[in-house]
Amino acid sequence: MGLEFAITAAKAVVVVLMVLSLAGLLGWVERKGSALIQDRIGANRASVFGFAGLGLVNTMVADPIKFLTKEDVVPASVDRRLHLLAPCINLFPALITFAVIPFGDMLRIGGREIPLQVAQLDIGVLYVLVMASVGVYGVVLGGWASNNPWSLLGGLRGSAQMISYEIAMGLALISAILFYGTVDLQAMVRAQAGGPLAWGFVYQPVSLLLLLTAGIAESKRVPFDLPESESELVSGYFTEYSGVKHLMFFMTDFVEVIIVSGLIATIFLGGWQVPYLEAQGFARPGGGIVPLPHLVVSLLQVAAFTVKVVILCWLQIVIRWTLPRFRYDQLMRLGWKGLVPLGLANVMVTALAVVGIE
Amino acid sequence: MALAVFGVLATLLLVGALTVVLHPDSVYSALALIGVMALLAVVFVTLEAHLIAALQIIVYAGAIMVLFLFVIMLIGRPGSGGPFASSRILWAASGLGAGGLAIGVGTMVAKSALAPPEAGRPEFGTTTAVARELFTTYLLPFELTSVLLLIAVVGAVVLAKGRPRA
Amino acid sequence: MVPTGYYVILAAALFAVGALGVLIRRNLIVIFMAIELMLNAVNLAFVAFARQLGSSDGHVFVLFVMTVAAAEAAVGLAIIIAVVRNRESIFADQNALLRW
Repeated sequence: MGLEFAITAAKAVVVVLMVLSLAGLLGWVERKGSALIQDRIGANRASVFGFAGLGLVNTMVADPIKFLTKEDVVPASVDRRLHLLAPCINLFPALITFAVIPFGDMLRIGGREIPLQVAQLDIGVLYVLVMASVGVYGVVLGGWASNNPWSLLGGLRGSAQMISYEIAMGLALISAILFYGTVDLQAMVRAQAGGPLAWGFVYQPVSLLLLLTAGIAESKRVPFDLPESESELVSGYFTEYSGVKHLMFFMTDFVEVIIVSGLIATIFLGGWQVPYLEAQGFARPGGGIVPLPHLVVSLLQVAAFTVKVVILCWLQIVIRWTLPRFRYDQLMRLGWKGLVPLGLANVMVTALAVVGIE
Repeated sequence: MALAVFGVLATLLLVGALTVVLHPDSVYSALALIGVMALLAVVFVTLEAHLIAALQIIVYAGAIMVLFLFVIMLIGRPGSGGPFASSRILWAASGLGAGGLAIGVGTMVAKSALAPPEAGRPEFGTTTAVARELFTTYLLPFELTSVLLLIAVVGAVVLAKGRPRA
Repeated sequence: MVPTGYYVILAAALFAVGALGVLIRRNLIVIFMAIELMLNAVNLAFVAFARQLGSSDGHVFVLFVMTVAAAEAAVGLAIIIAVVRNRESIFADQNALLRW
């Protein structure tokens, strides 16, 4: 009983640390990637103890240090408890969404089988929707607690956008659940064995696009970032936050990018499946298996999952720096009049196909 | 162990419920109600109702309470007079009534001895079990609730839009 | 295993607190929130009895209660917005024109 708890706690710690590291890395990739896309140099002025040689890595180290050591300015007329609570409510559900995303198959160590998924829940994918619903409060409270009309406007717009696109996300997930016949994410990944043509995107392309769009809108990234638009509402709902609280809001942005990437990789791109890699080793095309030790297989699967997540994160960063921002009414119109009917039609077609094939 | 968890949850739930009812600031009341709903989801998980716990947070804590917060933030400005009704008789009567209700139910439960819970099928509480009941035995109420939701959407839009400025 | 009776008593206590809230608060929105609290207490009782009897009928009913509560919250809050817009007061005792 105690050992089970310790193993799950270790898995949770590893997952959270990986996510936070990737989020930090994404902050730096965003700055340098945007510089590449916009044909400029980007941030290269940071130096550690006078040693400026590593250039970009200095920026990656200097940014978090800057955030953590900045003074925490709290306006005098705000409600202090809500001001402190809002960034925490924003970041916490985003981080714990990773409890259901499987990053590998079973790991066999010392006679124990450890599933490489932090929590095996009965509700599976619905847990992601739960955390998406709770994440809305961070935005609402952030806007309200700032005691600032522009922040309140940004906060209300942001939360209205989030709950609208939750519906589109839910519909995309329903089609995926219908197709795989299960809500369990690990079972979904196992059903995609056998090469890239067995992955989800071949059978559910519309759901993939729907989930990608709804996911980008949920995390309020460009082109859907009017609630926090840098050129219009200063920083929208997190204008009045500085230092660590700003870091928490900022980090939530990147953590949600990783969530969307992880979800798409799991449901539509085969998760931890490596083409032609089975539990015993590589399957040679002509038959027969090249045997590999179990730990190497597990490592390859985790690496494959990480590569897929990183590629999808890069895709979202490229989308951010390529597309102009939607106006708010265009955004809501796209959500309600575009994505929701498309999602419903997708569910109907999937349902007919599933019943027809049986 | 399960009893200790239940004790902690019950205490937190009652504290949250009293905050909802007694706190003068309506934003804090709403936050306390969100806390109560989240704690109820935890209680549902201890009762093995996993799907209902997830739906409690998605529907109640994640959508309905957001609607409440929107309305409070847009129009919930405090006005004249305190947050509570001023009549002492009303306080006494409601206190007696509510207390009487709780005590009455308590004594009724204490007097009746319930058998230990029957073990349901192994998939009790999962999506499959609820869906099976919902789409076979309770299909008609399900369709009627969809009509009800449509009526509610139309009604809410008509009422909240107000008269178009001429 | 916690006896079902404990859950029912907890549900009754929550229901009583909700009823108290409806009676003693003046703010219309807080009255509405106390009503939601009562609905949640009823949901708790249903789920407790569903476990007691081992049947999912209780869960289905909870689903219906949630749906009806959502519809009621939407329409009720729209009514409150309309009332406040017209009467400029959010308190129940100042919106009592229909009383004797």
